[in-house]
Amino acid sequence: MVEITDVVCSLCGCVCDDIVLEVENNEVVKVKRGACSVGKSKLLGHERIKSPMIRENGELKECSYDEAIKKAAEILYKSRRPLLYGWSSTVCEADSAGIELAEDIGGVVDNTATVCHGPSVLAIQDVGIPSCTLGEIKNRADLIIYWGANPAQAHANHMKRYSYVSKGYWTAEGKKGKKLVVVDVRKTMTSKMADVFVQVEQGKDYQVFSALRAILRGHEDVVPDKVAGVPKAQLLEVANMVKEAKFGITFFGMGVTQSGARHNNIVNAIQFTRAAHLHGKWSIMPMRGHYNVTGFNQICCWQTGFPYSVDLSRGYAWYNPGETSSTDLLYREECDAALIIASDPGAHFPGAALRHLAKIPVIQIDPFANPTTEFADVVIPAAISGIESEGGVYRMDNIPLRLRKILETDYYVPDEEIVERIHAEVRALREKEAE
Amino acid sequence: MVGMNVNLISGRTAVQGQNLDSKLTEKYFDEVAVCNLNGSDMEKLGVTPDDNVRVTTAYGAVVVKAKQDDGNPEGVIFIPMGPWANVLVSGYTEGAGMPRYKGIAAEVEKTGEVVLPVKELMRTYME
Amino acid sequence: MADGELLIRNGVVYDPINGVKGEKKDICIRDGKIVESVTNPKVIDAEGRVVMPGGVDIHAHIAGGKVNAGRIMRPEDGRKGVEAKTSVCRVQSGYSIPNTFATGYRYAKMGYTFVMEAAMPPLAARHTHEELVDIPILDNAAMPLIDNNWMTLEYIKSGDTDLLAAYVAWIIKATKGYGVKIVNPGGTEAWAWGKNCDLHDTVPYFDVTPAEIVKGLAEATEKYEMPHSVHVHGNMLGHPGNFEVTTDTYDLVKGIKPYRDRPAMHATHTQFHAYGGTSWGDFESQATHIANYVNDNDHVSIDIGSIILGDTTTMTADGPMEYSLYQITGRKWTNLDVELETGSGITPFMYSGKSPVNTVQWAIGQELALLIKDPWKVALTTDHPNAGPFIGYPIIISMLMSKKRRDESAEDMHKVIFDRTELPSIDREYDLNEIAIITRGMTAKTLGLAEHGKGHLGVGADADIAIYDMSPEERDAGKIQKAFLNTKYTIKAGEVVVKDGEVVAAPPGRTIFVTPECEQSLMDEMLVTLKDKFDKYYSVTFNNYPVQDAYLPHPFEIKAPMRG
Repeated sequence: MVEITDVVCSLCGCVCDDIVLEVENNEVVKVKRGACSVGKSKLLGHERIKSPMIRENGELKECSYDEAIKKAAEILYKSRRPLLYGWSSTVCEADSAGIELAEDIGGVVDNTATVCHGPSVLAIQDVGIPSCTLGEIKNRADLIIYWGANPAQAHANHMKRYSYVSKGYWTAEGKKGKKLVVVDVRKTMTSKMADVFVQVEQGKDYQVFSALRAILRGHEDVVPDKVAGVPKAQLLEVANMVKEAKFGITFFGMGVTQSGARHNNIVNAIQFTRAAHLHGKWSIMPMRGHYNVTGFNQICCWQTGFPYSVDLSRGYAWYNPGETSSTDLLYREECDAALIIASDPGAHFPGAALRHLAKIPVIQIDPFANPTTEFADVVIPAAISGIESEGGVYRMDNIPLRLRKILETDYYVPDEEIVERIHAEVRALREKEAE
Repeated sequence: MVGMNVNLISGRTAVQGQNLDSKLTEKYFDEVAVCNLNGSDMEKLGVTPDDNVRVTTAYGAVVVKAKQDDGNPEGVIFIPMGPWANVLVSGYTEGAGMPRYKGIAAEVEKTGEVVLPVKELMRTYME
Repeated sequence: MADGELLIRNGVVYDPINGVKGEKKDICIRDGKIVESVTNPKVIDAEGRVVMPGGVDIHAHIAGGKVNAGRIMRPEDGRKGVEAKTSVCRVQSGYSIPNTFATGYRYAKMGYTFVMEAAMPPLAARHTHEELVDIPILDNAAMPLIDNNWMTLEYIKSGDTDLLAAYVAWIIKATKGYGVKIVNPGGTEAWAWGKNCDLHDTVPYFDVTPAEIVKGLAEATEKYEMPHSVHVHGNMLGHPGNFEVTTDTYDLVKGIKPYRDRPAMHATHTQFHAYGGTSWGDFESQATHIANYVNDNDHVSIDIGSIILGDTTTMTADGPMEYSLYQITGRKWTNLDVELETGSGITPFMYSGKSPVNTVQWAIGQELALLIKDPWKVALTTDHPNAGPFIGYPIIISMLMSKKRRDESAEDMHKVIFDRTELPSIDREYDLNEIAIITRGMTAKTLGLAEHGKGHLGVGADADIAIYDMSPEERDAGKIQKAFLNTKYTIKAGEVVVKDGEVVAAPPGRTIFVTPECEQSLMDEMLVTLKDKFDKYYSVTFNNYPVQDAYLPHPFEIKAPMRG
């Protein structure tokens, strides 16, 4: 039995990196400490796809990696408007290979931010974002706001490692010296912990941000008695807490990115942060869901100039979310093939998009079967990043870490290699045709 | 059947997250093919926990199991993000690139219909 | 690296490090290096054109967290420089913040073959390296920020210079960095609480002054045979009246003996630090004050940080300065404080010839280059992209070489240029030898890279060469500018990478890093304190912090032993 320390979790945007495991006979037998229940679940392993498969007559039939890769390359080579989607639950090296492939075949490359924090990116493109690394919050923050986010369920170690419960340099007392405000439409496990829970009418966060901005800028007289179901007295209470804080942070989630106003909510959230900044030190941070969703946006941006929803069909990068986003492409029935990697649109895309996905050839690269597998014409099982293969990732606060390889696999192939082999086959097909 | 107009939101839960890599399991099904309603809404619908409900929006209809969650305000239902919720979500992003997963006008009613397991649900898209 | 032999004949060579000032000379190349002679080479006939060593940029923000934060925030900048992929080149985008591929191609087209990434936040060093790897052609290095780090502040406070030196060694090794970068010392830590510091203010909670930090880090640096001195972005950047703080900062290292024949401090983007007046209303140039200081002293070198008119993106680790810039313009603004270490701010900015302030700023960079007598103390930069994008270097070259062009430009700018600056009264014109000094000779020497093959064309040097499509007699500023924008040939490690202004090959570059060698017992003692910080305050573990080898696929190590 071997104890392995400093293991980096490959699940959510927290990317906890102090996990301690026990490994025996090339298996993780115990997660000693550091992982939350969700991370633990991943580390201990799940049933996985046993072999590459190609669909024949409606049934998935086992085949070799070579055969699956060749078939995948054929599909992509023949395609006129391929979509290469996912990328958030694999490593930077794989993302980089994917962008290179997309550029070569003139596809659209997009990641899960398109249904998650894409609106946050759009907001940043409007107003920028005053932010910091998670350690800053751990060491300094005395007021923490979770807005439209439920870390107790979605980022279980977040409060313990980085925010409300954690202890740092000026926060040695942990919870005692801090205040927690939770804003949500319903009571959650997170809101139960709050000093102040602000229950807002669903879809109306925008008004609450505006009201708080007005108060923070000295215009409380324009704020009505109730805003989005929130009594003015409570708004004043929260504003006072903001004014008195030395260091405040707002973490926000899908509650504000996925409701009607989308990125406009986030713009207003950021402007609220600026108004708060007139009184003390304030930052804001999106609660990124997957362990490398941030990484893909970083790489895509430094390589193409734009962070997601990048259409490379013209031979240069064209970026227009709402036009070049995956959901829109599928909804308009525009793409004629899809490579789905390290993600699950089958589970997470709207029904209308799936109707089209069901019609077109789909290549799936994933260690685990999921709803997308039902649509897949080629299934290629990958080595599990962070367990069977190493690679770079970016945490929700843009800090880069490196996943470790814990277990050996002499069968499963890492995502990066799968993508590169597909690309090599595409090049071979092109050369053959040129002869 | 008494139907009720509600506001639908979808989102994460811990058990849903624990099963991100095991979505074909019973655990996932039990957590995600579910509609969480406030107790008084359930009363109005004549629904008890473990009854099935049919949720309909302009974009589709789906049968899920009802669960009580008094954290929800009245008139707001929560279906964990996943295949069942997404039957009800529009594919039109209104130019935002992001579908509207939260804040969808829906109708809920009690039903005797069966909840489709995930593979069967996926197959309905192929028809 | 091209194995074959290459001969460049009939070029007029400017190789200032070797005292070659416009001589017709053959250049022989074999296996990527300059050699004495060749037997069966491929021949390039330079036909009387200007030949220089590949450009060595001493300071530009091209890779890392804040650079990419700028790209993410500014798709409108991305759309400006869009170019389609070719059989050799990946897609390109961007104007003030080009994507990594465009950065490599465009620098190479200007005849540059090495760029120093100016500021690397240590905790995010992996990010800097990932981007450097994706910049084609150019050799590169990056300087980690060490001046707002809690370890530094604590050791300065306690006076433990040896332990500070151990920490400096550790952090440069852990980040695979090149040297000690200082940006708004103390002030960026203060900014984590929304405050700032002047040179002699006390940093909140840490009870040290920026002056002490600069001096302490310069001393720690010189405990090793470091190729480069401390590289300093001083306090109060961008504030009217900051010129005295600037020379006060230079004074701090007067008594420090550098390990070799180089200054004890390199002061960067000095234009931003040469401001007179008391407010934007009476704002004026104090380039003369700075130039006089540099003329009278040998312990400081500078790079000019000269303005390029137009829209650009500012980005520095000077968080509070970026915030004030945002408050002036009201444009979008991103801030990224980094725990225990540093911070950064990014905001777009427009330099307009119609603005009196921008006009004075525009004059200052050139004044510095023209008033400092010894070009070996001066480097050409735009603090890319803060004062302007690197693609504007040819404009500055043409300005420095042509009084006529300066006068013509002054006519289009605000008339304060005549009362608030000296520029219109300066007649001096740079010659090609001096241009070669400030763009490759001085920079390679000051960085300590000359003996590692950069910035010159002596036997044994890297075969990094620029052949500009102009004759040495060319006096027309427009033609000079055009020639320096797209070379006739750029050769990198003996391989032709640019021909007739087009990229024809894009091999990867190397990342050069320094390994300071600290005595083990000192290192062990320092590590006890450092590990305690990781246990208690960092959000990552000690073992996960250092940059792994996988991030430097093409490394080049320079060892820096402790001085006896």
